[in-house]
Amino acid sequence: MRKAGQSALVLWAAFTAAYVLLQLLPGDAILIKFQNPELGLSPEQIAQIREYYGTEGPAAYLHTLLGFLRGDFGYSIDTGTPVVERLAEALPETAKLAGLGFALAVVLAVAIAFASGHRLLAWLREVPSLFVAVPVFWVGILLIQLFSFRLKLVPVIGGTEAQQLILPVLTLAVPICAPIAQVLARGIDQVSTQPFVQVVAAKGASRRWILWRHVARNAMLPTLTMAGLTFGELIAGSVITETVFGRNGVGRLTEQAVSAQDTPVLLAVVVLAATVFVLVNLIVDLLFPILDPRLR
Amino acid sequence: MIKWLVVALVLLWAVVPGLFTGYDPIAGVPADKLLAPSAEHWFGTDAVGRDLFARVVHGAVHSLSGAFVAVAVGLVLGTLLGLLAGSVGGFADTVVMRVVDVLLSVPGLLLALTVIILLGPGTVNVALAVGIGSVATFARLARSEVVKTRRADYVEAAFGSGGRFVPVLWRHVLPNSLGPVIALAALQFGVAILAISTLGFLGYGAEPPTPEWGLLISEGRNYLATAWWLTTLPGAVVVAVVLAAGRISRRIDELARRA
Repeated sequence: MRKAGQSALVLWAAFTAAYVLLQLLPGDAILIKFQNPELGLSPEQIAQIREYYGTEGPAAYLHTLLGFLRGDFGYSIDTGTPVVERLAEALPETAKLAGLGFALAVVLAVAIAFASGHRLLAWLREVPSLFVAVPVFWVGILLIQLFSFRLKLVPVIGGTEAQQLILPVLTLAVPICAPIAQVLARGIDQVSTQPFVQVVAAKGASRRWILWRHVARNAMLPTLTMAGLTFGELIAGSVITETVFGRNGVGRLTEQAVSAQDTPVLLAVVVLAATVFVLVNLIVDLLFPILDPRLR
Repeated sequence: MIKWLVVALVLLWAVVPGLFTGYDPIAGVPADKLLAPSAEHWFGTDAVGRDLFARVVHGAVHSLSGAFVAVAVGLVLGTLLGLLAGSVGGFADTVVMRVVDVLLSVPGLLLALTVIILLGPGTVNVALAVGIGSVATFARLARSEVVKTRRADYVEAAFGSGGRFVPVLWRHVLPNSLGPVIALAALQFGVAILAISTLGFLGYGAEPPTPEWGLLISEGRNYLATAWWLTTLPGAVVVAVVLAAGRISRRIDELARRA
C-alpha cells in the first residue's frame, strides 16, 4: 500500500514537472499554427483559441490534471483532434512492437546467460557489453541493409504483417536483452558459488537439476528487477525503431509533436511512458515477496 | 590498451582533424560521388563527392564536445545533489531522492525531447538535454557513496576533532566518494555519445552540412541500396568509441574499489 502511494506521488510529480516545463515554452504551438497572416486572425481571436485549448493559468493546470485522471488528455494543437484519439490510433502498433521486442529480448537474454556458462561459449559474455554500445537506429539500418537490400529476404515496402514486424522487433530486442543477460549471468555466477549449492550437489543432485531448480530460481530475482528497469529503454527504443522503419505509432506521434511543439500530445506521451514504467516496477516490487520466501 | 588508443585517437580527431585527412569535410568533388571505400577514400565518398572519412574525423569535435558538456552537467549537478542528500540526510535526503525517482520514471529520450521542445533544437541544447537526463543517475550513485563514506572512522575522527561540517565534507567525504562517480562519468560519456547521435539522427541536433555522426548516418539512409558504407562506417566509429568508454569506466571502477 505504501509503495503504491509512493508510485502515485512520483507520477503526480512527473506530470506536474512536465506540465510546468512545457508551459515555459516561448514560441508556442498556437502561435505557430494560427499566426500565419493568410488566416487573417486578429490577436483577440488567437486569445479565444488559446482559451479554447485551455492553456493558461493555474486553473488550466487543475483542469488538465483532472482531465488526465479521467483519461481525457485535451486536444492536439497540431490536428485539433482529441489527444486520446491520436494515442488510441498509435498505441496498439507500439504495444505490439514493444511486447514482441521485450519477449524476444528475454528469450535472447536467457539464452546468452545460460550458454555463456559453457566453457566453449564463454565469449558470449562479451556480447551484452557490445549490445549496449550500439546505437539502436544504426542496428535497424544495418538489418534493413542486410536482410532487405542484400539478401532480399524481407521486402522493403509491403509484405505481410510478420515480415513488417520481424526487423523492428529484432532491432528493439538488442538493447533490451543486454542488461537482462548481464544481470542474469552475474546472478548465476554468484549463486553457483554459495555453500548451499555444494550441499545439494553433495546430496547427489544432477548438474541440470541444480542449475534449473536452485541456481536459476535464485538468480531470477535480480533479473526480474532489471527487466522492470528496462521498460524505460523499451519505450525510448520503440520511438527510435518506429522512426527508422517508418512505422505508425507512438514514436511517429512523438516526433510530430516535437516538431510542431504540440505540447498536449507530448505531455500525454511523457505521462503515459512514466505511468507504464512506474506501474511495471511497482508490480515487480510487489511480486518480490511472493517469489522470495525470505522477504515475507 | 586498445580502449585508450581509441579514445586518444578520437580526441586527436577532435583537436587536430587536419593531421588525419587532407580532404575537405564540407566541399565535395561531384565527379567522385558515391565511391566505395578504397586506399584513396578510406570510408568512400557520399552523394556529393565528399570524403566520408574526412567527415567522420571532422565530426568528432561535435560528438565529443557535446558529450563533455552533457557529462559535466550530469556530474556537477548530480554529485552536488547526491552530496546534499547523503550528508545532510533527513528531509533534504527524502526530497532529493523523490526528485531522482521522478527523473528516472521518464525514459531518457522523452526527457531529452521535452528539454529540446523547450530550448529548441541545436547542438548545445541537445548536449544540455542529455546532461539533464543523466543527473538522476549521478545523484543516486553519489548519495550512496557519500552515505558509505560518512560512516567511515576517519570522518567520525575529523568531526570528533572539531572539524566543521562543510570543510570535512570537502576534504574527506567528497574525495573519498568520487571514485565510482568518476567511473560512472566515463560510462556516461559513452552513453552521451550514443544519445547525442540518436538525437542528431532524429534531426534535433546539428544542421546539415555539419558532419555530426548521427546526422551522417541519417543522411546515408537514402543510399541504403547502393552505398552501404555511408551508414555502416560512421556507426562503427560510434560503437568503437562507446565500447572504449565502457571499458575505461570498468577499469576506473576496479581501481577505485581496490583503493
